[in-house]
Amino acid sequence: MNNSRRRFLQIAGVSALGLGAKPVLDAFAAGGGEGPGFHVARGEDALDAKQWAMVIDTRQLQSSADLEPIVEACHKVHNVPTTIVNKNHEIKWIWEAHYHNAFTDKTNPFLNESVEHRPFLLLCNHCENPPCVRACPTKATFKRERDGIVLMDFHRCIGCRFCMAACPFGARSFNFRDPRPFIQETNKQFPTRAKGVVEKCNFCAERLAVGKMPACVEASNGAIAFGDLYDEHSEVRELLKENYTIRRKQTLGTEPAVYYIV
Amino acid sequence: MLELAVKGNKWYWGWMVVLLGVIGAGFGLYLMQLKFGLGITGMSRDVSWGFYIANFTYLVGVAAGGVMVVLPFYLHDYKAYGKITILGEFLAIAAIVMCLLFILVDLGVPTRALNVLLYPTLNSVLFYDAIVLNGYLFLNLVIGWNVLEAERNGVHYQSWLKPLIYISIPWAVSIHTVTAYLYCGLPGRHFWLTAVLAPRFLASAFAAGPALLILLCLFIRRFTNFDPGRQQIQTLAKTVAYAICINVFFFLCEIFVAFYSQIPGHMDHIKYLFVGLHGHGVLVPWMWASMILMTVGIVLTVTPATRKNETSLAIACIVIIMGTWIDKGLGMISGGFVPNPMHEVNEYIPTLPEIGITLGVYAMGALVLTVLYKMAVGVKEEVHG
Ligand code: SF4
Ligand code: SF4
Repeated sequence: MNNSRRRFLQIAGVSALGLGAKPVLDAFAAGGGEGPGFHVARGEDALDAKQWAMVIDTRQLQSSADLEPIVEACHKVHNVPTTIVNKNHEIKWIWEAHYHNAFTDKTNPFLNESVEHRPFLLLCNHCENPPCVRACPTKATFKRERDGIVLMDFHRCIGCRFCMAACPFGARSFNFRDPRPFIQETNKQFPTRAKGVVEKCNFCAERLAVGKMPACVEASNGAIAFGDLYDEHSEVRELLKENYTIRRKQTLGTEPAVYYIV
Repeated sequence: MLELAVKGNKWYWGWMVVLLGVIGAGFGLYLMQLKFGLGITGMSRDVSWGFYIANFTYLVGVAAGGVMVVLPFYLHDYKAYGKITILGEFLAIAAIVMCLLFILVDLGVPTRALNVLLYPTLNSVLFYDAIVLNGYLFLNLVIGWNVLEAERNGVHYQSWLKPLIYISIPWAVSIHTVTAYLYCGLPGRHFWLTAVLAPRFLASAFAAGPALLILLCLFIRRFTNFDPGRQQIQTLAKTVAYAICINVFFFLCEIFVAFYSQIPGHMDHIKYLFVGLHGHGVLVPWMWASMILMTVGIVLTVTPATRKNETSLAIACIVIIMGTWIDKGLGMISGGFVPNPMHEVNEYIPTLPEIGITLGVYAMGALVLTVLYKMAVGVKEEVHG
């Protein structure tokens, strides 16, 4: 039994005192940057970064068939309930969308045909300046200082859904009912959620902690690159240097860390 | 003073029994919601706040509206209001009780509600909202209770209350400002992303709160031996007239900005509400009804003849309460979520259990209000009667 993974996201002694002393303005400026002292137990070959980022080469993902295994890999490993019928209660961490839904501020009436018909992968952008973190009243959603991943503590979330209103990308899902009956095959290495809490993509923090790449990256046959945005020799930086990329709604200033090559 | 609330005629007790029945039914539905989850409501991944939060927002306004009698009395020494400040304060208490209940029933995990205080998060507006709402409840309880007791004993209220009273005035403004900040500081929700949201909330609050107060005054005069006074009601009516005009003015400012600039993100929500978007428009008739109701309200309260006639004034108050409720309750919240961030239109319609729970909360507020007003009116009857 891999203990390090089992202990993923266990709260190890939370002290609100230190945080209460932080000056208000500082807290505003930082967008509540500091997590409340969560510990993800890390294996010896844990991967590190200043800010994890993703570059999706959409040229290599031309059809739904290309996307399906990626979406499935993520949802399977994270116990995302995929058989909920009622659309209102849908839970999704990563999903497929049309260009004009993905890039609402970059839609031209006459678009390159291949782009127009190409499916795009949407997921949490792990924004560098995340409004969801700013909004959360309990720090259940927090930005991990160590590597910039926007994480969630399912045991602290009160289900107020303020983060859902705050996220401009529709990246968050709420458990409107007990999700467990709708999980096809439970992965015992990862927690299932209870009704009443919010969830979203976690950039596979639990896999990075043991030296593995995110599940979607692994399933993408090289179409998705993952690396440190602030390491100029990282794979993502190399790709960003060589290719023109776009991000979703970057004018809102949330600084998404997911880049798209079109 | 509580003993005043346990003496009543058969109408009083009948009303209490009805309220308890509605509360009981609402509570039963709430137990259902606890068991199943918020899935029994009409909310969705796209419209993640619905009826509960809408009514919460509206009632914060009603609570803040109470200050429209407190302020003239204490700051402008408008003596006539001395008779009815207590009604404003007690209305605020009942409204805040409902607000807190609406927040509670809206939480996915209500047992963890205290996490907001256990892990104070200074960058979250919800944290401040919790503080200002509870603070306002506390202030009104302390002030209302002590001033009323002093009046009963025929003495001047304690001098230490004075600073609290002064604090309560800007505090009333703060509760609705902070509540507006919940919405207007979110990037990517263009319908709410406007600096005029807090002022607009306040304007509609200062129309709806006093309008409700007028109706309550008319009721009290009719069915008890205490007369809140014609002059008082007329002054309140002028407040309502100004406030509802300003509310509609702010709304028209929004329309101008959206449709003169022609920025789609700004126009889409308003289009959805008033003409429908991509063939969806459940709220269209409601929104037009709201506009018509508020316009009728303006005509009736601004025209001296209809304002001075208490029957037409009562009608004006009813249409204003309905109009602002649709505007701020129904439209403001789901309008902000439709279309969603991917520009898809998924509509929201509250479900019956959701409406039942909402009615239960309202009945709870009515119960609190009835008990408080029974005491207030009892004291007034003793003193003035
Ligand atoms: S995409 Fe949404 S949920 Fe993810 S970090 Fe950005 S604001 Fe938060
Ligand atoms: S729903 Fe949970 S994670 Fe989202 S803002 Fe509320 S407490 Fe935070």
